[in-house]
Amino acid sequence: MKTNIILAGVGGQGILTIAAILDTAALNGNLNIKQSEVHGMSQRGGAVQCHVRISDKEIFSDLIPLGKADLIISVEPMELLRYIPFLKEDGYLITDSNPFENIVNYPEVEKLKDVINSHPNSIIIDAKGTAKDLGNSKATNIVLLGAASALIPLNEAEIINAIKSLFERKGERIVNKNLKAFYKGKEIAAEIVS
Amino acid sequence: MKKLLLGNEALAQGAIDAGISGVYAYPGTPSTEITEYIQQSKIATELKIHSKWSVNEKTAMEAALGMSYAGKRAMTVMKHVGLNVAADVFMNMAISGINGGLVVVVADDPSMHSSQNEQDSRNYGRFAMIPILEPSNQQEAYDITRYAFYLSEQIGLPIMIRMVTRLSHSRAGIETYKPKPQNTIHLPKNPHQFQLIPIHARNRYQHLVAIQSDSRESSENSNFNKYISGPNNSLGIIASGIAYNYLMENFDDDTCPFPILKIGQYPLPKKQVTKLFDTCKKILVLEDGAPFIEELVHDYFGRNKKVMGRLTGHLNRVGELNPDNISDALGFEMTYPEDIPTIVTDRPPELCVGCAHRDLFEAINQLSKEHSNQQVFGDIGCYALGVLPPYKSINTLIDMGASITMAKGASDAGIHPSIAIIGDSTFTHSGMTGLLDAVIENTPITVIISDNSAIAMTGAQDSSASGRLISICKGIGVDENHLKVITPLHKNLAKNIDVIREEINYPGVSVVIAQRPCVQLPKERKDALKELQKTL
Ligand SMILES: Cc1ncc(C[n+]2csc(CCOP(=O)(O)OP(=O)(O)O)c2C)c(N)n1
Ligand code: SF4
Repeated sequence: MKTNIILAGVGGQGILTIAAILDTAALNGNLNIKQSEVHGMSQRGGAVQCHVRISDKEIFSDLIPLGKADLIISVEPMELLRYIPFLKEDGYLITDSNPFENIVNYPEVEKLKDVINSHPNSIIIDAKGTAKDLGNSKATNIVLLGAASALIPLNEAEIINAIKSLFERKGERIVNKNLKAFYKGKEIAAEIVS
Repeated sequence: MKKLLLGNEALAQGAIDAGISGVYAYPGTPSTEITEYIQQSKIATELKIHSKWSVNEKTAMEAALGMSYAGKRAMTVMKHVGLNVAADVFMNMAISGINGGLVVVVADDPSMHSSQNEQDSRNYGRFAMIPILEPSNQQEAYDITRYAFYLSEQIGLPIMIRMVTRLSHSRAGIETYKPKPQNTIHLPKNPHQFQLIPIHARNRYQHLVAIQSDSRESSENSNFNKYISGPNNSLGIIASGIAYNYLMENFDDDTCPFPILKIGQYPLPKKQVTKLFDTCKKILVLEDGAPFIEELVHDYFGRNKKVMGRLTGHLNRVGELNPDNISDALGFEMTYPEDIPTIVTDRPPELCVGCAHRDLFEAINQLSKEHSNQQVFGDIGCYALGVLPPYKSINTLIDMGASITMAKGASDAGIHPSIAIIGDSTFTHSGMTGLLDAVIENTPITVIISDNSAIAMTGAQDSSASGRLISICKGIGVDENHLKVITPLHKNLAKNIDVIREEINYPGVSVVIAQRPCVQLPKERKDALKELQKTL
């Protein structure tokens, strides 16, 4: 078993939270993981990505080769498309629908969605809106993780435990909000796919 | 259970477990997390391991050498260009040698993700004639660091550990071992070892040359250099550091058919290299950074067509390696369904909303309309983003501290207004000496210190300049009448332009301190800064 996941977003959007949950879940499940992330200049509002690799065998490269990603999860629609060359032929795309427009020449959102939808395995959800409705707009990431969870070969109980342990410090209320966000994301994706 | 650590953190844990008494460093991507890990480590705090930031890389390395002189183990950490700043002590401590184990960690940045260049620190290691270690993964980063301290004391030299961005900033599970206790104080046996006046320095240099054979011997027997046989001798591969992982990624069953020489310790193990050359028809050299090994093993006149790598066009000459360009060099066909769709546009980094540097650039840009000859000499930090649109306020950016000194030279050449923009941390790192040059000649330049009370670019570490800038400038000899403090806020724009204009018109050195904390600082830090201001 070997799974390659790319997480995409803009510096400051917090894609590393998703990565941390996947890592913890994988490690607790006695799997090997490698997670390559971006620190430095790009974190100031530039394009950032994170490569997460999970396997029951030894993992060599910290970077995912082109055409080998099973899944790209993005917290922003244009950033999703930046990593398309990494996607496997039958790989999946999952993104939040809300653009982060900090550049003057940001493309038209509808056109972006058309390109994404032209992919057979793509899921666009309003993760930010969903998180807001649940009373915690910070949980956008977790909604996306929930939406992607069916495609990630990790035990769901391990993911739930990882969410609990990651947010434990912030108290039970925050833990529960994030768990709700996770289940809601999962539910929305299931509806879209069915 | 294994600990999930960044390459940098694994290295730092290795240093703690090797019994260091101190780490001395100045932040710089991709090296910063090494020192931060030790600063945040509970055990390191209990053990009273020194970990406070130094003012620059040279002061850091010298302090580490002082700790080694006293017999204790010390580590100094920097990014690749930091080693340029510390090069003086670096070259000379190879001559003196060490007492307590001393390890120099340098993190290179191939592809210049967050740097001005992609210089390869292995060249410095060779220049100084010291052993270099290069881990290929997180576990090795831990293991190699523990070994580095042992090797340093065994051979009597500082040891360089070379990291690269992708290893520094990638996580994996690592296993740790029982920590070693710290050394006790013991002074060097030879009282002349650290006295580099010519008579002793010549002896020490002879000694350094003489022990090179020990260094080579150590490489031949190192656990971090491995000759891995393979059935297909049409090609032999030398793979150093992280390049080994990218190589192995290209074989599905985790076995490579070609013989490999995996390199993790330099000087190169000559016997093993010779064996590979004797065994294989052609040689492919894989190394992240410069063609350092390739230059050593390829034939000077290029008549020997045996060696392939970055110099021969088989791999990209500049920029980092990855599994894909190595796949290409191996002649494998690459398959990926699609290029990046054309609708995707670049998203360069930018200053945060509400950043004080923004208000400063607005003022500078207004003034440039009044003086068509205005030249702005920039420096390194978040404000370097003032080179890019929308501001495009800065004409030059070279190395830390160069804003003030280049402004001086340009002013000497007749350019007016000649303005330097420098951050508070960069100013104490290496701007102060240049300011003294300008003060001595009262050169007509305007130095603007953009004081956000943090080393913001690298993650908002505490700045040595906080609360000290006015007294430093006065001490250097800046005329008090031309030492001004402004608050860069939009509502102050007109006022601030007036202040800077007046100082531009003054035919001598003036300093304007633009003071407002980085908006990313946590509230406690901002409050503490307010308290500090009250005491000044
Ligand atoms: C010799 C050297 N050391 C370290 C760095 C890494 N570095 C780049 S910017 C920076 C911070 C500068 O801080 P400051 O001047 O206060 O500017 P700010 O980022 O806070 O605006 C550092 C440490 C470097 N580029 N060169
Ligand atoms: S981190 Fe601080 S100094 Fe850097 S851009 Fe943001 S506000 Fe400005």
